Amino acid sequence: MSALVSQHGLFVLIGVIVLLQAAAGLRDRGNANRWIGALFWGLFSLPFLFGDTLVESWGPAAAYRAAGIVVVALALLAGSGRVRARGELQQRPAPAPPPTFRLLTPALLIPVVTLLCVTLLAKLKFGNIPLLDTANPTLTALGVAGVCALLAGWALTGGTPLLAVSESRRLFGAAGDALVLPQMLAMLGGVFIAAHTGDAVQHLAVSAIGPGQRLLPVVIYGLGMALFTMVMGNAFAAFPVMSAGIALPYLIQGQGAQAAPLLAIGMCCGYCGTLLTPMAANFNMVPAALLDLRDRYKVIKVQAPTALCLLAINIALIYCLAFR
Amino acid sequence: MQQWLPLLGVPVMVLGFALRLNALLVVLIAGALTGWANGLDFDALLQLFGQKFLAARQLAAFVLVLPVIGLLEHYGLKTRIRELVVRRRAATAARILMLYFLLRDLTGIFGMPQAAGQVQTVRPLLAPMVEAAAEARHGELPAPVRELLRAHAAACDNIAIFFSEDIFIAFGAVLLIDAFLKDSGIAGITPLQIGLWGIPSALCALAVHFVRLARLDAAIERQVREHRAAPAVGP
Repeated sequence: MSALVSQHGLFVLIGVIVLLQAAAGLRDRGNANRWIGALFWGLFSLPFLFGDTLVESWGPAAAYRAAGIVVVALALLAGSGRVRARGELQQRPAPAPPPTFRLLTPALLIPVVTLLCVTLLAKLKFGNIPLLDTANPTLTALGVAGVCALLAGWALTGGTPLLAVSESRRLFGAAGDALVLPQMLAMLGGVFIAAHTGDAVQHLAVSAIGPGQRLLPVVIYGLGMALFTMVMGNAFAAFPVMSAGIALPYLIQGQGAQAAPLLAIGMCCGYCGTLLTPMAANFNMVPAALLDLRDRYKVIKVQAPTALCLLAINIALIYCLAFR
Repeated sequence: MQQWLPLLGVPVMVLGFALRLNALLVVLIAGALTGWANGLDFDALLQLFGQKFLAARQLAAFVLVLPVIGLLEHYGLKTRIRELVVRRRAATAARILMLYFLLRDLTGIFGMPQAAGQVQTVRPLLAPMVEAAAEARHGELPAPVRELLRAHAAACDNIAIFFSEDIFIAFGAVLLIDAFLKDSGIAGITPLQIGLWGIPSALCALAVHFVRLARLDAAIERQVREHRAAPAVGP
């Protein structure tokens, strides 16, 4: 079942935008690192442009191997420390700003169109073909919103999509390889799963629990959710491991805890971990890069007091609400 | 000893991030060591890397929004947002963040987390608004204060959405918990109950973060004053 706005099509669009970055960056003669940067972005565009096609034509093994080589090359290029733009980027003379509504309309279109995508457009079908690919709502919503806002921006300011891609190289250049980090970390999470890291964490947590205790397993479950989420960068990956390893045997079966509050609030303990870890790159590291923060851990540092406070509160909530 | 080998990647990550080595390189080394310690050969590891990297491509979705942000900022979006905010005297940095927190909670509760986010709203709209409001009140902001405000904008989005989207019954977390309960043979719990048990945590998140935000405006004022009073120091 293919949709008019398909996942594959959006991946190709991402690939084209990234590839154009490589080309636009080459024109910045003031940037001493422009060749390394162009090579990096060029390589990063390949899995988006050709990933699906290669898996079909070469078979999974060969395609994954090729993608693996790209991953290693990206990491080595990033390790050289020369992907981020250095020196002056060529600035186009700034035009006189158009009236406020012309600039704000496209900016506000991004959330409005994403809202429409998840509410109305997701159900729209032409015959048997759905308009939007529903397998990945975030990707589709961002894609449709990005394109609509870009077209609106073109109409209202006169700036073409090509100018837009060229101007976004300041964002790409300043953020550099941090933009690839979410995917690299998701990959590492996959390696952790393949290596059965969850079993080791579970073993570590369980070794501290004796029979007949109530407070200790609650604390270990809450802390364990937070810590294992910090390792995996994702509370959903930590949840089944910690819940099957601790919550189910020691609290639900052992102490008669109510499952609904225990697990729902246990998940929130995991989110406290998400706020504290660079492994959750798309929430903590990419924003720091896009906001051009000198301290890449600043978002985590600002979140830390709230996260730690909430972790303590959530553990107390489990203790109070799950045993009644 | 054998049972600790899967965790080998964790100290590598901690050490690498602490030493501020390049993050991509650290991830590659941690992944390679974890795989090697658990008996994967080079080719199997390469394939695993490639497979997981391809499977995670949707995480780059934010790239689709960067061109329009680049375009609008080229035409002076930040200047226009500043003009809008400066005219409203009641708009302080902390109040804007609080209002955003509430709106972001609503998107979560009604199951529309994609309607806002770090690229969709924080970078183009919220961060410039917060900075402009602080600037209008306190004058030129020193770089550390600017960084603090931007980081607060990002943090506000994360905290609000994480603890509110669990309340919506069709969100992934609720479905995951529901599936776990069915797998474990525990019957009689509906997704609605799971969603309702998300409410105490969401209220606590709101309370804790609002207490912090309530003190933010005063903290900014103090930092700006201290910065002005301090003699200029060399690098």
